[in-house]
Amino acid sequence: MNLETAKISEIVNSVQSNKISAAEVMQFFLQRARQWQDKTNAIITFNPEAEAQAAKLDAAIAKGEQVGPLAGIPVVVKDLLCTKNLKTTAGSKILDNFVPPYSSTVVERLENAGAIVLGKANLDEFAMGSSNETSYYGNVKNPWSLEHVPGGSSGGSAAAAAARMAPLAIGTDTGGSIRQPASFCNVVGLKPTYGRVSRYGIVAYASSLDQAGPMANYIEDVALALEVIGGKDPRDMTSANQAVPQFSNIQKEVKGLKIGLPKEYFGEALSSEVRSICEESIAKLKSAGAEFVDVEIPHLDYTIATYYIIATSEASSNLARYDGVRYGHRSEDAKTLEDLYCNTRAEGFGEEVKRRIMLGTYSLSSGYYDAYYLKACKVRRLLQNDFLKAFEKVDLLLSPVTTSAAFKVGERISDPLEMYLNDIYTTSTNLAGLPGMSVPAGFSSAGLPIGVQLTAPHFAEDRLFQVGKVIQDMQNVADRRPQ
Amino acid sequence: MIDKDKVLHIAKLARLHLNEQEASQYAKQLSDVLGYIDKLNQADTQGVEPMVTASPIETVYRADEPKMDLGVEEKIKNAPETSGHLIKVPPVVS
Repeated sequence: MNLETAKISEIVNSVQSNKISAAEVMQFFLQRARQWQDKTNAIITFNPEAEAQAAKLDAAIAKGEQVGPLAGIPVVVKDLLCTKNLKTTAGSKILDNFVPPYSSTVVERLENAGAIVLGKANLDEFAMGSSNETSYYGNVKNPWSLEHVPGGSSGGSAAAAAARMAPLAIGTDTGGSIRQPASFCNVVGLKPTYGRVSRYGIVAYASSLDQAGPMANYIEDVALALEVIGGKDPRDMTSANQAVPQFSNIQKEVKGLKIGLPKEYFGEALSSEVRSICEESIAKLKSAGAEFVDVEIPHLDYTIATYYIIATSEASSNLARYDGVRYGHRSEDAKTLEDLYCNTRAEGFGEEVKRRIMLGTYSLSSGYYDAYYLKACKVRRLLQNDFLKAFEKVDLLLSPVTTSAAFKVGERISDPLEMYLNDIYTTSTNLAGLPGMSVPAGFSSAGLPIGVQLTAPHFAEDRLFQVGKVIQDMQNVADRRPQ
Repeated sequence: MIDKDKVLHIAKLARLHLNEQEASQYAKQLSDVLGYIDKLNQADTQGVEPMVTASPIETVYRADEPKMDLGVEEKIKNAPETSGHLIKVPPVVS
C-alpha cells in the first residue's frame, strides 16, 4: 500500500487486519507533516499524544477489540474546533492560551470512530478571511506554489490535505471557507447541508451559516467522513433530525441525471482558465450520460452584500463573549471592568476581526437595523427561493468555485472589499443552507489547481458524491501531490 | 458614509478601544464596504418574509436533566485571574 495515494478505507482495512500498525501510519504522516510544516505553516499545534494514541489503538486491535471505520486515520482539525486538553486558538491572540475542557461533537465522533488528531490546522482568525493571511500565527502558504495563498479560511486544513500531511482534514465553511481553499489546493472539500453536522464545540463565527465538513484527496474519503461526523446531536438544537445515509456507497451512474448550469456564475468575471476547466468537466459528464440544463439564480448579484451584513451581524454578537473575564487573553492595562473589556478586545483581536465586528455592530445598531440587517435577511429569502426554483428543474448545480486560481500572498489583503468580492460563487450556498462541494478538476497553465463546485438540494449530499466521483475518475488529478 | 466620529461610536458599542489612526482607516474601509452594500436597495423585497436561518423554525424540547458536569476546577482553569473558586475582575466602578 502506498500511503501517499491510499484511500482511507484501504488504510483502515490494513490497520484492522494487522498489515500495518496505526503507529506506523502515524509515523509516516507525522514525518510528512513536519517536512511540509516548514514550507507551508499549515499547523498551529501538533498533538503531542498522537503517537501514544496510535499505540493504544494497536493494543486494542491486538486484544481483538472492535475498532471504528476510521481506525488509525490521522486527521488534521481546523483550530476552530475544540479539542479536550489540546490548545484551541481560532487563529487568534485572544485565545492563545485556551485549552478546552471538552471536545466538539465532530472531534468526539472522529475519535470514537478510531481517528487520531495529528494536529490543529492554521486558519484565518476566527475563520474571517479568504486567504489565510489574517491568522495571528502567520499566513499559510499554498503547497503547490509557496508564493500563492492556499485560500481561506480553512487554508491550513486544505494545505495539509493537499500535501498529504494527513489523509483527512476537517474545515469549516461559513461563506466558502472549505470549498475555496479546496479548489486552490487540489482537494475535495465538502460543506454539508446546514444542520447535517453538529456545531457543538466549534468556535462560532456566524451561527446561521457555519458548518464543519471534511477535506481530503478523494471523494470516497469525504463521503466516509461525513457518515462519521453527520447526524443529530442533542447538544446543538439546529442539528437536523435527518437519517445519515451510507454516503460511502456512492452511486456509479450519472445517466439521466439533470445538472443545472446557473448562467450568472458564468459571467464576465470568470477567468478563461476556470471557464475552460468547467467546460471540460461538463463535456465529460455529458459523455457519461448526464443532461445539462440552463438555470437562473437572478439574485446572485446581491450575495456578497447580503452575506457580509448577515455574517458580520452574527459575528458581532458571537464575539461579544471574548471579554477577558473567563478565558483567553486579558489586558494588563485596565483599571476598571469597562477598560478591561475594551483593552482586552483591542489587544486580542486582529484588524480583520475588528473590521467585521464594527460592520456587524453598525448593521444591528439603532437606526440602521432595518436598512441593513433586516433588508439582508429579506434578500437572503429571495436567494434561497432562486435555488429552490432551480431545483424544481434539476437534480443539482455545477458552477465554478472562484473566478480564478489562487492569488499571490499580499495581493488582496490591503483592500477588504476586493477580498470580500472573492466569495461571489460560494456565499449563496451558505445563505440558502445548501450542501456544496469543490472537486479537483484541473490545473492552470501556471500549475495551480482549479476545482469545480457542485451544489445540491438540502440533505442531498449523495448527489454531490455521485457526480463528484465521475469528475474525479475522468479528470484524473486526485493522485497528484505537490513536490 | 461613515466618518471617524461614527466609527468611534460604533467601537464604543462593540467595546473595542481604537486609536486615532485605526479610526480613520476603518472610516474609509467601512465607507467603501457600505457603499457596495447599498446595492441591496435595488432588490425588491416588498412582502418578503425575512430569513434568519436555513433550519426549520421549531421549538426543540429536551428533558431538563443535568448531563455534563466538569466540576468547578475544570470550568475555571482557563480564567486569567481567580480567587478560590471565584473569577476576579477589576472594580466595576473606579
